[in-house]
Amino acid sequence: MRLPTPTTVHSEEEPHKIEKMKRVIRRIKFESELDLNFGERVADRAYGQKLLSCIQCGTCSATCPLAHYMDYTPRKIIAMTREGFKEEVLNSLTIWLCASCYSCYVQCPRQIHITDVMYTLKREAIQMGFHPKRLPIPILAQEFYKRVLKDGRNTESWLLVSLYLRTNPFIMLREAILGLKLFLRGRLTIGREHVKRRDQLHTILEHKKGEAPL
Amino acid sequence: MKYLYYPGCSLRSTGRAYEESLLSVLKVLDIPFEELNDWNCCGATSYVSIDETDAFALAARNLALAELQSPDGTINLIAPCSACFLVLLKTERYLESYPDVREKINSTLDKAGLHYHGRVNVRHPLDVFVNDYGLENITKRVKYPLKGLKVASYYGCQMVRPFKTFDHSHYPETMDRLVNALGAEPVDWPLKTRCCGGSLTGTIQEAGLRLNRLLLKEAEKRGADIMLTCCPLCQHNLECYQERINRKFDEKIDMPIAFFTQLMGVALGLSEKELGMQRLFKMPSLNQITHPKGEMVNAW
Repeated sequence: MRLPTPTTVHSEEEPHKIEKMKRVIRRIKFESELDLNFGERVADRAYGQKLLSCIQCGTCSATCPLAHYMDYTPRKIIAMTREGFKEEVLNSLTIWLCASCYSCYVQCPRQIHITDVMYTLKREAIQMGFHPKRLPIPILAQEFYKRVLKDGRNTESWLLVSLYLRTNPFIMLREAILGLKLFLRGRLTIGREHVKRRDQLHTILEHKKGEAPL
Repeated sequence: MKYLYYPGCSLRSTGRAYEESLLSVLKVLDIPFEELNDWNCCGATSYVSIDETDAFALAARNLALAELQSPDGTINLIAPCSACFLVLLKTERYLESYPDVREKINSTLDKAGLHYHGRVNVRHPLDVFVNDYGLENITKRVKYPLKGLKVASYYGCQMVRPFKTFDHSHYPETMDRLVNALGAEPVDWPLKTRCCGGSLTGTIQEAGLRLNRLLLKEAEKRGADIMLTCCPLCQHNLECYQERINRKFDEKIDMPIAFFTQLMGVALGLSEKELGMQRLFKMPSLNQITHPKGEMVNAW
């Protein structure tokens, strides 16, 4: 029996090993792997170049009520956006956990519109299909969008059912009692609310077909 | 001065008690208002996560419709839900501050035969009651002063941020002044504008419950008998998830959560039904509150 020569082993295994080593060892990105203009493009979308003047003071992270659930604090997200870590930023949970409370927006000493930055990143992540699969928040946003685009108004009960169907239908069991309590108090409607002049609404909304990707 | 009223989607479902109580209070105070014809959803925080231009156009349709409905002068558009209030206000402000946004949105609206000229002033009902109608006038109309009731006013986030329209961004006091005018005692607490997590209770519940627990615990610690909100989502979160918070974190929180308009209505002598009290999970117990003459108030 002829053993494979060392050279063949080398050529077969090396790319795989290198890939593995990359994942395990290297934590720093080479400049060639970054998207260097990413920060500028995000800043353009989020009202002005202020994002680039961030002094990394961390006021945003300190004032954020959700910072301790985030994988990167808002300060880090801004630093990473500015430096071009596009994939990491768009894959992060941070942008989705932002509940738009505008606490950082009003506290920022550089007047960076951080909430608008987060919205810009959310839009980009959805458009590029970057968000973590089955994470309910982007799915809620998409379902809300569909509902309002169609009817002009949102019906909360329908929105929640479509959210649970797309994420985890078993949650409906968990929420059934609460739903029933709300229904008995007349706080959940079954009929779908809609505007009268849907044609007018659709002329306004279907005019745009989304932004160009960043 | 006639106000236009923009209900928003939540006031037609989970926040129905807010609409009922708000309209009853407006009527009893003789504040004239009219509902905005064929209003559409403001887009909340979700629409802008998908498409920003469309989100502005969606909100701007409401502003343009308001202008159609009242042809002259400045229009005061009342938006009771904090999210609607902010989205409409933000759209109004951004259209004013960024000419390119205004042009883009107006060219979109033009296609549907609408146009926005910048005449709308988006108002929160709290602002209308306190700053337009006036606290002295409210005090004059109070039938049952809510003596001895300790109230934690919870403003939530989007009513006071990012735009400072009528109060401070982190330590607002308008609702406390109103509570005072009704004869009750405002509780001083620091979490007035801390976020309740919004829709997180429906998506990442772990985080949502913890945020609400913090608010409830603090209000309880400061001795509040009741928490007042001015947003249907805050009210829903704080009220409907209390049981789950108690179970999960082994707490014994028992805090009634009402809309500020409901408490106003009680002091003004409106009935339980007019204020949508039966829609709340927990009715605030006002047994200790006495009438100036010493008799018990049975308004609930």
